[in-house]
Amino acid sequence: MHPATLLIELGGIILVLGILGRLARRIGLSPIPLYLLAGLAFGEGGLLPLATSEEFISVGAEIGVVLLLLLLGLEYSASELVGNLRAQAPAGVVDLVLNAAPGAAAALLLGWGPVAALALAGVTWVSSSGVTAKVLTELGRLGNRETPAILSLLVVEDLAMAVYLPILTAFLVSAGLLSGTTHLLVALAAVSVVLVVALRYGRLLSRLVSTPDTEVLVLGVLGLALLVAGLAQQLEVSAAVGAFLVGIALSGPVAENAVTALSPLRDLFAAVFFVFFGLSTDPGAILPVLPIGLALAVVTMATKIITGYYAARRAGVGRRGRYRAGAALVARGEFSIVIAGLAVGAGVEPGLAPLATTYVLLTVIAGPIAARVVEPAARRLSRPPTAVILQKFNSGR
Amino acid sequence: MVDGVQVEETALPGIGVRQDLVTTSGRRVGVVSYRTGRRELVLYDTEDPDAGSEVIPLTDGEADALAEVLGAPRVVERLATLQEQAAGLVTEQVPITPGSPYDGRPLGDTRARTRTGASIVAVLREGGVMASPGPSFEFTAGDTVVVVGTRDGAAGVAEILARG
Repeated sequence: MHPATLLIELGGIILVLGILGRLARRIGLSPIPLYLLAGLAFGEGGLLPLATSEEFISVGAEIGVVLLLLLLGLEYSASELVGNLRAQAPAGVVDLVLNAAPGAAAALLLGWGPVAALALAGVTWVSSSGVTAKVLTELGRLGNRETPAILSLLVVEDLAMAVYLPILTAFLVSAGLLSGTTHLLVALAAVSVVLVVALRYGRLLSRLVSTPDTEVLVLGVLGLALLVAGLAQQLEVSAAVGAFLVGIALSGPVAENAVTALSPLRDLFAAVFFVFFGLSTDPGAILPVLPIGLALAVVTMATKIITGYYAARRAGVGRRGRYRAGAALVARGEFSIVIAGLAVGAGVEPGLAPLATTYVLLTVIAGPIAARVVEPAARRLSRPPTAVILQKFNSGR
Repeated sequence: MVDGVQVEETALPGIGVRQDLVTTSGRRVGVVSYRTGRRELVLYDTEDPDAGSEVIPLTDGEADALAEVLGAPRVVERLATLQEQAAGLVTEQVPITPGSPYDGRPLGDTRARTRTGASIVAVLREGGVMASPGPSFEFTAGDTVVVVGTRDGAAGVAEILARG
């Protein structure tokens, strides 16, 4: 590998991502779809295939997943997670049933087998907390009364990932049902132990890592997260879950400072991760799965709206707020790609990567639009037609 | 809870906390406090009470100023009622009019306490409150002087401030 070419390629990629990010901001879109498209363009069969930097990008992508999950975990404290789980458990179950089922059904109909079905179920299940939080902030809806229900549901999904990812990993690494079950039990035992430790000794751990110096803090927290993620992977629990649990265990001022200090690093490596996923997808394979992706997107966007509607109704929010809650949750993003990435990395069904890419591209673009138009549209539909005509007549005068 | 007003507090996981209340006139007003320290004042829609129709971001300084504007006169008022209940003292709010002999002169010049026994406990100026002003405190037209004392004493201070 020639070092000069490596730097030139890396610089080129990151610069392109920077320009894409700026473009996304300009048109009010999440940058995730543009990063994925960039990955498609740089990959094999794309416009500008890379020569030397693939290895670095693949390592960077792994760090990206660790950082994504670490920062997600840092956002929440263990007690907050448990509290939200109690409050929103029924909505969480509705969420799982309504949104995972279409993905699983699609994979089974395509004849991809049970493991791919498990993976695709996860892809369609989990909303993008990043896109949802961004949409709520941009539309000034954080003060709205349906917002706590939306955020709680996202928290429950994130927590559910701590159980789902080990299950998925267990079935990905082992072919047989018996060894799969053994793996699963080991994985779940490990997750429970870490969760209990996080709940009990989180404060102690936070105090150990605590330091007023940003540099020391970044090195300490990142080192700890990578180490635990690696050990989790060694146990076949999934690196992502390890990092998430480290994030949960850290709380208080340490967590807040770590979020501030690590956010730029997360942004860089998460972008690399999305590019890497695009890289591993063959752009030529997208067109054949486009109809399935589109159908899946339409169905699961509808089921997500129903989920949000239900969660907001449980919180005592009015009809209009319920539609807003549903529409805010429509986008799928980082988690879906993490799940698909795990499955693709393990060599499950080659069609999964292009389908997941297509699916995430569609929902992540539709998400912010849905958040703006669903509630007014629902209001218009539910009003008697004469009222609409009258209103048009009045506004026309 | 203050005087039967119920403030509802809701956690916003990952973001911060929202506090809101419904006024007697039926409007919902809320404050979203981010973990980052950012604050937003939210006025809710009358037609759709779940949605914020106006969201006003406030800096720390602005939030402090708003709290002071809303809170300070109320504190003085409440202090006044307390004292009235306690000792049979009265509280008067005496304006400094443009023609007042003490417009532009320090508080010490009035020798109000010596002459009447009543005390000047605070001055309200431009929505703010200056508690326990010293003898060198200078009055300006438009100030409202809060006086605590016996009924006669307080009336005496009002007389001094108006005519000298």
